[in-house]
Amino acid sequence: MNLKRVLAIAFKETLQVWRDPRSLAIALLMPLMQLGLLGYGVSLDVRHVALCVYDQENSQASRGLIQQFVASNWFAVVRNLHTERELRAAMDRSQCIGAVTIPRNFTRVLDTTGAVSVQAVFDATDVNTTNIAIGYAQGVVALATTNFGQAWAQGHGVQPQTVGMIDLEPRVMFNEGLDSRNFIIPGVVAVILGLVGAQLTSLTVSREWERGTMEQLISTPVSALELMLGKLVPYFVVGLVDAAFCLTAAVFWFQVPFRGGIATLALTTMLYTLVVLGIGYLVSVRIRSQLGASQVALLLTMMPTTLLSGYTFPIDQMPPAVQAITLLVYPRYFVTILRAVFLKGSTLGELISPILGLIIFAVGLIWIAARAFRKRLD
Amino acid sequence: MSDLAVQAEGLTKRFGAFVAVDHLDLGIAKGEVVGFIGPNGAGKSTTIRMLCGLLQPSAGRAVVAGFDVGRQPEAVREHIGYMSQKFSLYGDLTVRENLRFFGGLYEVPRQDIDARMRNAIAMAGLEGRENALVQTLAGGWKQRLALGCAILHRPPVLFLDEPTSGVEPEARRKFWDLIHQLAADAVTILVSTHYMEEAEYCNRIALINAGRLVAIGSPGELRRRELGGTLYDLSCDALGAAVAALREAPGVIDAAIFSDRLHVLMQGDSTSLQPFLASHGITAGVPAPIVPSLEDVFVQLVTRPHATGASA
Repeated sequence: MNLKRVLAIAFKETLQVWRDPRSLAIALLMPLMQLGLLGYGVSLDVRHVALCVYDQENSQASRGLIQQFVASNWFAVVRNLHTERELRAAMDRSQCIGAVTIPRNFTRVLDTTGAVSVQAVFDATDVNTTNIAIGYAQGVVALATTNFGQAWAQGHGVQPQTVGMIDLEPRVMFNEGLDSRNFIIPGVVAVILGLVGAQLTSLTVSREWERGTMEQLISTPVSALELMLGKLVPYFVVGLVDAAFCLTAAVFWFQVPFRGGIATLALTTMLYTLVVLGIGYLVSVRIRSQLGASQVALLLTMMPTTLLSGYTFPIDQMPPAVQAITLLVYPRYFVTILRAVFLKGSTLGELISPILGLIIFAVGLIWIAARAFRKRLD
Repeated sequence: MSDLAVQAEGLTKRFGAFVAVDHLDLGIAKGEVVGFIGPNGAGKSTTIRMLCGLLQPSAGRAVVAGFDVGRQPEAVREHIGYMSQKFSLYGDLTVRENLRFFGGLYEVPRQDIDARMRNAIAMAGLEGRENALVQTLAGGWKQRLALGCAILHRPPVLFLDEPTSGVEPEARRKFWDLIHQLAADAVTILVSTHYMEEAEYCNRIALINAGRLVAIGSPGELRRRELGGTLYDLSCDALGAAVAALREAPGVIDAAIFSDRLHVLMQGDSTSLQPFLASHGITAGVPAPIVPSLEDVFVQLVTRPHATGASA
């Protein structure tokens, strides 16, 4: 290992990255673009669902219920309706996703029997949004029930827990405190860095083969390890800049709470970047065309990362055999680390097992990649 | 052995069933410029790549600068300079950046690098264009710069694989001047080319065809020894009849029509030619000895079936 040669390669590679606008654009813009797309696209939350209200009673109690919908922030009342026909028309024209009808005798029935039904109609074209909206609606109604119920129970001298019009849905309870974006974004950052990092290095060796410069390079005394380290240095910097971009956007743009330590975040990010660049480099060493290398790197990283890293589909809900496979999907370790550092404020010591996972990958990949590179033409 | 900078014994390279280099023996003394001549696909590049440690020999061995190419390829690489057939500097780097890069790879001492880079730039004639991107340079400059990069570490042995192919004649001559300057500094150089006239610039030339070494020697030696006689030029009428008659004449090895004249390769006294042709009713001029081109030699060698023996 000769530091001078590593530096010579690192310097040369840096110049080439700098003069190749395509690579630089991929390196610096793609991650932010992807974060924008995935950050918004993957969000499981539904906010400000357009709601129409047909309040037939227009009493203090009925207005109170509507106020509960608005106050939840999950719904926005876009129109007040006055007839059944208007309601039909609003749904037909997609002016709203849901319409709530409060019956004429709402207050009286509630007061005398302690149970009343409120009709809610939902447009199920977008099944996902509608399911979530229904869940929220039930949550709102349940909350209102509790309030009304307590007042009613006091007025009638019975125990409050015996009253209730609608069963509480656990999902609504669970989701009331939890913003899925906080959970998703750190995972998205891990996935993006994984994809972009492997792409960066996947071209670096194959480009030398394609342009014919490799033959000259391997006629020099440079060793496989020196070549690899020299080539990884500039991309390591680029990878860390990308990580800094994405993590900053996560905190300041997507407002994910950051409860951990900067040092923990920095160290684990560096480790993960090393693994990711190593994957791309290994592909690059084995495949001598740039297009092929980039495609293989994409295939190797895209599918397992999106499906098996646990960033959208929870690993603990997968069948045991698939769970075992995810041990090989290195982004899962960083998804775990980032979530824990962001949301739980975990320290290095608490993250020892995913960190060990990444270390094993980093060392293994560098060892394999250095051995896989042959200074031979045949 | 110790006087040889390059020594190959039975060097062979097979790609599947195809034998690219077939039991090649070659010895190059220190400070020699040896031209490696042969048609495309003859095995020149494959041989050079084996000598540089870039291809593993299928059989045989080679020692370059005192190191075995099969067993000590890294030691070989430290002691050689190599210019591959395809231009292989970085087009998106400047002249200076390319030089600095190779200087770093070859561990040129810090105190020497600036002087050597200046030398290389002067040698390539690139003063004033140090900061030009290499992809903007014309062929001749590129090749001289590539040579400059290959010798930054002052290697004792230099392998140049068709360094002048695709380069204009003026630039080719300049390139050969550089080769001779290096040879004057005791650098051993094996340079391949398919330009026959460039062979004249070499101390010795090695002719290779279909993976086999056909002949090796100085240009003068090859002309004398390999042709086996002296080449004469003469004018006559009835060229066709003359060729047929001359092929039966005593001392004549070969006779051929060369535009409107005859070329006769023969041993012994040329004064017998005129009377011999007169006896066949053909009027001929006085035969004049001419210097055969190496191309003549090469064609003779590869068309002669027994011409496989090589003398080192």
